[in-house]
Amino acid sequence: MDKTPQTEPRQSWTFSNSVNSEIRRAADTGIYDIRGGGAKRRVPHFDDLLFLGASMSRYPLEGYREKCDTSVLLGTRFAKKPIELKIPITIAGMSFGALSGHAKEALGRGATMAGTSTTTGDGGMTEEERGHSEKLVYQYLPSRYGMNPDDLRRADAIEIVVGQGAKPGGGGMLLGQKITERVAGMRNLPVGIDQRSACRHPDWTGPDDLEIKILEIREITNWEKPIYIKIGGARPYYDVALACKAGADVIVLDGMQGGTAATQDVFIEHVGQPTLACIRPAVQALQDLGLHREVQLVVSGGIRNGADVAKALALGADAVAIGTAALVALGDNDPKWEAEYNKLGTTAGAYDDWHEGRDPAGITTQDVELMKRLDPEVAGRKLRNYLNVMTLECQTLARACGHNHVHNLEPEDLCALTMEAAAMAQVPLAGTNWYPGKPGF
Amino acid sequence: MTTTLDKTVLDMTAMELREVNTTLQAAAKAQANAAFEIINPRGSHAMACGLDGPLDVTIKGSTGYYCAGMNKDATVTVEGSAGPGVAENMMSGVVTIEGDASQYAGATGHGGLLNIKGNASSRCGISMKGIDIVVHGNIGHMSAFMAQSGNLVVLGDAGDALGDSLYEARLFVRGNVKSLGADCIKKEMRPEHIEILKELLEKAGADAKPEEFTRYGSARKLYNFNIDHADEY
Repeated sequence: MDKTPQTEPRQSWTFSNSVNSEIRRAADTGIYDIRGGGAKRRVPHFDDLLFLGASMSRYPLEGYREKCDTSVLLGTRFAKKPIELKIPITIAGMSFGALSGHAKEALGRGATMAGTSTTTGDGGMTEEERGHSEKLVYQYLPSRYGMNPDDLRRADAIEIVVGQGAKPGGGGMLLGQKITERVAGMRNLPVGIDQRSACRHPDWTGPDDLEIKILEIREITNWEKPIYIKIGGARPYYDVALACKAGADVIVLDGMQGGTAATQDVFIEHVGQPTLACIRPAVQALQDLGLHREVQLVVSGGIRNGADVAKALALGADAVAIGTAALVALGDNDPKWEAEYNKLGTTAGAYDDWHEGRDPAGITTQDVELMKRLDPEVAGRKLRNYLNVMTLECQTLARACGHNHVHNLEPEDLCALTMEAAAMAQVPLAGTNWYPGKPGF
Repeated sequence: MTTTLDKTVLDMTAMELREVNTTLQAAAKAQANAAFEIINPRGSHAMACGLDGPLDVTIKGSTGYYCAGMNKDATVTVEGSAGPGVAENMMSGVVTIEGDASQYAGATGHGGLLNIKGNASSRCGISMKGIDIVVHGNIGHMSAFMAQSGNLVVLGDAGDALGDSLYEARLFVRGNVKSLGADCIKKEMRPEHIEILKELLEKAGADAKPEEFTRYGSARKLYNFNIDHADEY
């Protein structure tokens, strides 16, 4: 029998299998997808930049002999007691509630061994975290869960959270599954109910009010603590300028790859700017105000290795913060739990239903049995190792560019592989002396 | 600074805010039950904030933002009106406002009594977490928004959207309520509520009977997300 030739089955790019599966999921459940983590879409990133290295016009430093300093001082503008870090990598704010007590302890242990700070999150300060963190930044969030003057005073710095990269303009929700007696007690709410974290602060609106709020916090803490303002990557030039106006000592700028414990996927993927696009406008705002290096800039959102650190510093940041990468270092999404990820309908590397509290790695959970899987001492050492490796990598690149301090890295050390990255980072496209938007072209 | 037998007078035309707060904070920490009077406050912000101990402070005039913020154990009286965020995140003690209070009065407060003799503006008791607030006059819109626990007592009227997205805080209003917010409903006044109210009215020196009030609380329908309730938001 003759066979009529047929066109090969063709999948739609617009209606891909992934898109169709989400349509079916929405039709079945009637609710949007909620997940943890940051943007998963491909966006221009630090991988799209390269260091040029030393050559005829620059002397490199000897790799295993000549010193390349990595120390950072944060909070030099107004605070009586700035924070001194050994390395330019800090641990970003993540809440107890979203994370287990063991995970918070491990973050504190690892950060302390590496000579850096860790940060509380929504839900207040735990003893595990304070006890194991030599330098602890206390977040001041719209929900004010667990907020009290004693913890403000025993913090080493205070971070006023205006927004975060995963959801600029959004609040949060810790679902009832993770609200144990301890988590509920710290938040003054009943056990088992969803806990909404507001998107706006309850007692100030706008930078003029914020300036007074900062005055109050400084008065309560004897002007000792550096005050950070954390913003999501929305309008970095103006947001940074206004944060300076409000009196920030340090600005934490979180791009859209920055993670969250839980929010709508549509929010994570469609609101905010990539980290790479945020840095130069932020630095420009600081330079225009004459405050670059006086108000320190900490960049977060998708920092994974020493190259990312070095590139962020070269673009003008003073330090970076890591969240997702720190969790991976502790053991999040480890393939050794693959069989259990499969039972949850996912696979190692893709698991992001952190809000459900069933994390096989025992990190994003309050389940007592799952929590036991994370040994805070072992996990803390892993984080220490990872932070050390990132720092060594960053130093390697800085030395190759001829710098004896990682803060001496500069945009002139970089070129871009793509037009988009060249435009965002304002460094030349490789092989040219041009980037889109460069004056004079 | 002038000291008499029973109190120390701090004049804000002669002292900076930092000096005033340092003096008060040190006296509170000393646990000596000292008394202070602040004159010429001129609407200064962040006055008498962060006090941590038994101390009696009277401010002779009106204050700016965040007066008595994060108060613990101290008694602060404002003989005038208070700007936004008075007694925000208060932990314990008593803060009394003889005049009116601006928006966010008692925001996120964890404990103690905030006693407002006049009216309170919008968002009074927003996100309150255990504080008791008594307002002798009226309160503005969106009061007790996302209020978690504690008691808000209003002798006058309440504005729009009272108790929107309320958790476990108890709201008692003697006058009219312009409208209730999402998930806030009228509730039965049981004997235990009469007792709570009676005690609070006495503490606040309020001339009212518990039986004149209506209790409002959470319907608890929005406690766990349900797509069928999406229109409520």
